[in-house]
Parts: sequence; C-alpha cells; structure tokens
Amino acid sequence: MNRREFLKSAALASCSLMAPGMEAWALESKSAMKSGSKLVVVFLRGAIDGLSVLPPIADSRYYSLRPRIAIPGSQSENGALYLDGHFGMHPALAPIMPLWKSKKLAFVLNAGSPNPTRSHFDAQDYMESGVPGSKSVSTGWLNRLLSQLPTNDSPVRAINIGATTPRILSGPVAVATYAPTAKRRMAPLDQPQVSAAFSDMYSGRNDILGKTFEQGMAARGEFNQAFENSAMQEMVAADGGALPANKFNGFGRQLGRLMKEEPKVQVAFLALGGFDTHVNQGASQGQLSNQLSTVAKGLSELTAALDTAFNNTMIVVVSEFGRTVKENGNGGTDHGHGNLIWLMGNRVNGGKLYGNWSGLDQNSLFEGRDLPVMTDFRNVLASGIGNHMGLAAKQKEIVFPGYQPNDKTVTGIFA
Amino acid sequence: MQKKVISALLAISFLTFGFEANALPQKSETQSDSEKIQHLLNRITFGKTYSDIGLVSKMGIENYIKSQLHPQDLVVSEDLIELSKAEALQASPSQLFIKYGRPAIKAAVQNQNQNQNQNQSLKGNKAKVTEQNKKQFNKIAREANQVIYGDTALNRIARAVESPRQLEEVMTDFWFNHFNVSSDKGLDKIWIGAYEEKAIRPYVLGRFRDLLGATAHHAAMLFYLDNWQNSAPQAVEQNIQANNKKKNNKGINENYARELMELHTLGVDGGYTQKDVTELARVLTGLGTPNRGSMMGKLNRQMKNAVDRNPSMKNRFVRNYGQFVSADMLPGDSMLGSYFDERRHDFGNKVIMKVTIKGEGEKEIEQVLDLLAKHPSTAKHISYKLAQYFVCDKPPQSLVENLSQIYLKSDGNIATVLDALFHSNEFWDVKNQNAKFKSPYRFLISTLRATDTRVEDVQPAVNYLRQAGMPLYKCLTPDGYKNTQEAWLNPDNLVNRLNFVTAFSSGRLKGMQPQIKEPELIAYSIPGKLSEKTSNAIKKAPPAMQMPLLLGSPEFMKY
Repeated sequence: MNRREFLKSAALASCSLMAPGMEAWALESKSAMKSGSKLVVVFLRGAIDGLSVLPPIADSRYYSLRPRIAIPGSQSENGALYLDGHFGMHPALAPIMPLWKSKKLAFVLNAGSPNPTRSHFDAQDYMESGVPGSKSVSTGWLNRLLSQLPTNDSPVRAINIGATTPRILSGPVAVATYAPTAKRRMAPLDQPQVSAAFSDMYSGRNDILGKTFEQGMAARGEFNQAFENSAMQEMVAADGGALPANKFNGFGRQLGRLMKEEPKVQVAFLALGGFDTHVNQGASQGQLSNQLSTVAKGLSELTAALDTAFNNTMIVVVSEFGRTVKENGNGGTDHGHGNLIWLMGNRVNGGKLYGNWSGLDQNSLFEGRDLPVMTDFRNVLASGIGNHMGLAAKQKEIVFPGYQPNDKTVTGIFA
Repeated sequence: MQKKVISALLAISFLTFGFEANALPQKSETQSDSEKIQHLLNRITFGKTYSDIGLVSKMGIENYIKSQLHPQDLVVSEDLIELSKAEALQASPSQLFIKYGRPAIKAAVQNQNQNQNQNQSLKGNKAKVTEQNKKQFNKIAREANQVIYGDTALNRIARAVESPRQLEEVMTDFWFNHFNVSSDKGLDKIWIGAYEEKAIRPYVLGRFRDLLGATAHHAAMLFYLDNWQNSAPQAVEQNIQANNKKKNNKGINENYARELMELHTLGVDGGYTQKDVTELARVLTGLGTPNRGSMMGKLNRQMKNAVDRNPSMKNRFVRNYGQFVSADMLPGDSMLGSYFDERRHDFGNKVIMKVTIKGEGEKEIEQVLDLLAKHPSTAKHISYKLAQYFVCDKPPQSLVENLSQIYLKSDGNIATVLDALFHSNEFWDVKNQNAKFKSPYRFLISTLRATDTRVEDVQPAVNYLRQAGMPLYKCLTPDGYKNTQEAWLNPDNLVNRLNFVTAFSSGRLKGMQPQIKEPELIAYSIPGKLSEKTSNAIKKAPPAMQMPLLLGSPEFMKY
C-alpha cells in the first residue's frame, strides 16, 4: 500500500468514530443543516480585560477607577477608536475596525459564565465543558457540537491549533491537532517504509491507540497536502504548546487558507495566552496593547484569507472571565467576572453592541468589584452558533445540556 | 552499562517475560512475582530495565520499596553528582541575580561598548545607539539564560534516566508540577534550577509542610505568582504621601494566595471562599524578594570602583560581574531568596476559614502554612493527585479516603503516604496495571532508560518535549502538566512519538546515542506483554525498523 492509499483508507476508517447513537441525530439534522457552515473559536486564556477592549469612554467613573490604565477618549491622541460615543474601541484593535464598519463584527456586553469562580482553571474548564459548575462532564461543547454536525469523511473536519487536545474539543469525535512547529522538515513517517511498518503494527487494532494512529496519519497527510504549496516558512515556530498571542499573525493566514482550500473543515479552535495582566497592563500602549494588536491583526488576516469562505464562517472570541473594574496597586487588574464575547461573520448583524450594560456604579457591580454577568455565554453560543450551524432545539440541548437558551439580550444578532 | 554485563544478565533465564512473553500461558487469579515486579517498576521508576528486574528479583519487592522510599543509601554516580554542582542549581537566587540579572547584563553591555567602540559609527544617533544596546543586551541575556536552562535541563534528564533513586526522580517530576513555576516568566528564567534543587528536591519524600514552606519562601515562586508585589494598602497610602516613586508596585495582589489554596493545598473544592483568599493575601503581604531596584545603584557603584581600581577588568563579561559584589549584601533568606518586608505587611488581624490570625508579621505566614498543610481538604487533594499519578486516571474514592487518613495521621509525611499507596489493593489491582498512558516526559525518559542512553547533549530531548506540547520547565499555568491519558493521547502527539523514536533509533540525534539497540534487550523494558499483532509486525519488519517499532509500540506507550 503506498502512502496515498493508506491515507485514504485511514480517512475512511475515521468516519466510524462517531459515538454510537450520534449518527441518527446527524442524519436527522442533515436537511436542516446549512451547508458548509464553519465555526472558528478563539479562546483568550488568562482573562482578557474587556474594559480595555471596549472602554466606556463616556463614563467618568471609568477614568476615576483606572487612573493609570484607562484608555483616553476618542479625541485624544492615541485614544480609543470611535464606536458609538459611549464605548470606544482600543486603538490596537484598528485592524478589525473595517469589520465593525461593514457590520460584520458585534460584541455582547456583560457576558460570561453564571458560575462566580475566579479561578482561571475552573472558569476555563466550565466555559469549555459548556456546563458551568459541574466537573463531571468529560466532553467539551465543541466536540458535542461536532457530534451533531453531518459527518464527512475528512480527517480534518475539526482542527485544533496547538499541541494537546483542549478540554473544549475532548470527546468521541476525532480532532486533528496541528502543532505549530518550526519549518516542517521531512519527518521519518513521511518515508514509505517507515509509515508502512508502523501502519502494519497499528492499523486494524480496535482500540483507542489504533484509532488515534489512523487519525494522526490521515490528518498529517491532509495537512501536508493542504500546505504543500503555501508558504510553510511563515509558520514561525511558537515556543511550546501554548501559543503566545504574538505568533498569531501567520496562523490567521494559514488557518484561513486551509479552511478555504479544504471545504470539509467544520470547526477550528485556537487558544492564545498571555492576557493575565496583574501587573503593568498598560493603556493605549504597553503589554495588553501589544497582545491586542496581534490578536486584531490575526483576526483580520484570518478573515481576509478565508476569502469567499468567510461568507459561511463565524468567528467567536471568548475568555474565561473579565477583570476587576478598578485597577490594582501594580498598574494591572485582578480576576473579575463579566466580560465581552466577540462575534464576527457574514451572518452576524454587526456594527452593534448587544447584551445589557451594567454601568460602573458601585451598586451595580458584582460583589462590589466586577462587571456582573447579564448574558450567559451559552446563550450567545446556543442561539448564535446553533442557528449558524443549523442545529435543532433538541441538538442544542445536547451541546449545552440542561440549558434553556433565552435569547432576549441577543435578539437580532444573527441575520 | 557494559555489553558484557547485559549478556550475563540475559543468561539468567528466570526472566521470562519480554519479547516472546505472549507465548506464555496466561496466569489467572494470582499474579506471578515477575508480573508484580514488572508493575512495581513500571510505576515507581521512569521505566524498568532488565538490571532493575534482576535487582528486585534478588532483594524482593518489600526491600525494594523501602530502599526507594528512603533512598539515602543508594549510591548516585560521580557523573550525576558533578552535573548537580552546576551554578544554575547551587547558587542562591540573589547570587544568580547579581550575576545574570539586569544590572549585570547592562554593565556587560557597557563594558563591551567601551572596549570595542562599537557604537562610534552611530555617534549622535541616540535612537540607533539605544537599539544597538538593546540588541546586545538581549544577546547576552539570551546566552546566559541558555546556559542556565541547559544545565538545569541536563541535570533533570540525566538524573531521571540514570539515578538509582528512581522514586526520588519520579517525585521530583510530580512535585515540580504540583508547585509549578515557568522559566518563561521573567526572572524565573535564571531561578528555575535553583528552585528545583533547593525548594523541591530535598523534600520530595519528606514532609509536605516542609515542601510547602520551601516553595512559599523561594524567590522563583514569589516572582511567578506575583507575591513580591503584594503589599498592604496602608503601605501604599504612606508611599503616596511620601511621594515615593515606587508606588506603582504596591497594593494587594491575591494571585499567590489564590493558587496557594486552590492548587498547592486545599484544592478548588476545599471549602474556602473569595473572602478567605483576600484574607490570605493580606497575611502574605510583604513576603517577597529583596528590593532589587535599590540594589542596582549599590551594585553598579561597586562595579565602577572595581573597574577604577583595575582597568583591565573592563573587558570582563557578565560572568565575572558577580565577583565584584556579594550576595551577602542582600537581606532575607540566603538560600531560597525570599525577604519579608514588614513595612509592606498588613498588621491587622485576619480570619481564614474561621481561624483568627493575629497580625504579628512574619510569624503569621508560618501559622497559615501550618493551617493549610494539615487541613483535611489538603490531605484529600494531595491524596487524590498521588493516587491519580500512581494508580489510575480516575482513582477510586476509597483509596483517596484511606490515603487522606494516613496523610493526617502521619502529619503529611509523603513517604508514609506513598508506602500505604504501594501496599494498597488498588495499586495492585490487575485492571489498573498497564493502564496509564505515558506523558511525553515519561515516554522520553523511559525510552532513554530502555536503551541505556547516556545523555551528553540535552537539546534533542528538550526539542522533543517542546514538540510534544510539554516543554520542560515551561508550563505557563500554575497547575502544572497533567498526567492523564485524556491530556496526552491525541493523533498528533502519537505521530510525534513515532517520528521521535525512529530518529532516535537511527542514531541521528546528536548527544543522545542509544547504547542498547537489540530488540531482544529493549523488550525487557516493555511495560506489559507484547500483543501478537505487535510482535508479528516487529518480526516481519526490516531489521532497522525493529527498534523504532518496539519503542513506538502501543505497549510501550502505556505503563
């Protein structure tokens, strides 16, 4: 068997990986499914400071609570970009301003998890499992979403950028992980005699290792093919599994290109780190500004590279919780509660802010210090992504068990 | 290990499992001794070797467990002792800062410039001079960091592979992840080795309270979780009134306090509240590192005096900077590098989990560490993690309960808890044997042990771990690396392992040459029995592929 043939057979093998019982759902929903809908989830790990992303520039309390790190108003040099008068946008986010202006970018205010934990690990865990407060759910909501999408025989229907499978994607549906490494040299497994020997040992085993091997080889083949002619050199090595925000640039382009060229990609996930700004957060410039600037560049490059595929793609940016309204003693902010959810896409009714705004009065803050959560993140995801991906109500409940979406605060966000 | 010894050992034929083991009749109910030895070695070492098997067969399981729990009599080779003498491990945080911190590197840049007149062509162009200096600064800092990281990593990996005190090495990995700091964060770049050597290693089989105390007072932890900035709000007020420029770095910072409860002791469901976190943060105010800012002037004056006295000093580099100044100049704990600044401490009373802590200064910290170390939630949290690490990914409640009781009775004695764990039914339960999936780190170390590899250059090992998503000393988040199958079994990671063992077997990795290449010998290190499918695939394969196939076999992924 040559390598191509092997990959084909491995790809075929991977269709049988759906959890038993899921197939029926997938078939049933097929007719309702909007063909070719794609979803990209970007997780900003460490809790990004939403009040710097969209500073409430018309509120004097914002400036008195954050004397050193507030973003100045739109009229100042290096001030916030004009959004709607009450809120501005961080100047480092200029690359995504065109999306806002063309009404393809929206934000949901005071969004987040109903669980009040201020632990990164717990909050990320809940936002990834999709079941806040429960530790017994072992699958991630993105994997459950995949189980509800019509299966295609592509080994890259779900892509994870990073070295290890994150919580959000863990579950029965196979996920191709793509670890950012330096220039991909010819690896031993690219030699036919090596891959043949390992295939002989691994294929046809009816266990998780056998399946994982088949998926790995198949995905590798797809990636090699997809990236054969594109500029692999741009994929600058990111140190380690966690991808620092400033390495996102190349990925926006690469991921967009892969999703455009490989129509079978349904879901992609990318986590960026470095937002836990306890110390010297900076204002219009500084630590957070640098991170934001690379996120914005990455997102804008992603949308550009998706090209026509952007028409049926939705990009969601989430973070585990927000940060304290008041700056701390170190020119930074501590763990808070409510935050923003960002949404981009052709079907997003953008250029608008959704959700209710709590304001910054002491009385309206959660525990007197943080933005309260007024829109459950599952609300945005279940109604938004659910509709975008064409899920029926019953299927939404499988993705977010025990949750009844109530889209009052986000009505009209999806065209 | 000499080849002759290998052959001699092979001749001892009571070691029947291994390559052809699948031909043996299956034992039912009671396990044979050799199977038991196999399981024990799989779990309390980083991978069994045939010499270990011979050793345990001779001395018996009980004696072996005892010797690993109390390893002081096991002789570590001169080679390994030599590695552990590296400055990166033995110098104190203050010494390391003096030698490799910002002031030292800045001084080195100045020295370079004065001697080489590099900047003459840039004269008058201030921006370019600044840029040039920055480049030089980064280069020198990078070189220094590489030396520190390299020495630290080599010591860790070589010891994990070669040390006869295997359980000590296993527990070093365990506790480092439990009290994780990342060498990617600022000064922890230069303190990472000192942290492992002085705050983790001495206590890995000792009392939990000592381990907790050492990490709490180590500069690397205090920097990593920002406690060096944690100050009483009153102190901030006074500073502002006194118009102190340093006011930027003052105020309550609860980062360390939170992780101390959530990750290091009680566990996330340990029964504490946000209020407890804030109160603990108040107790920890003032616990940090000696004020490096005010030191800089002092150090640079010393430096200048030394150069004035002896102009030939000028072209000395960063490495010699330390000889002009002494770490004794810095106050605080000279080994661990912490400093308690009572001016920044909140002297009010605190209430933590219903216990009142009187505002008495430094004493409060020991009081709360005592409180946390002997709390039943801590006993449970630590017991759960140990059971998960040594028994199975989802350890049974009953085992965790039993271990917690022993933890509490023994006042958190780690060796006592482990002893109980190694004698528990759950540990020996056949369904838990060969059921754990190796983390990339364990996969790497067991590969090197199976092939009796002496690591001369640590770079290939470091590269593999980075590709596998488990870069050594670089886990960014304070929860450390997980050790479950769910975390590490994924397609890309598996493909990576196969690529790695194939390259390794071919002898292509510089400084990491396998000494044992014979499949029959490597087979002794396969944790369980080779399945028929695996052995057939290996027998059928071309000779050059047999070694990578064994090391990349499904059976070698487990333990």
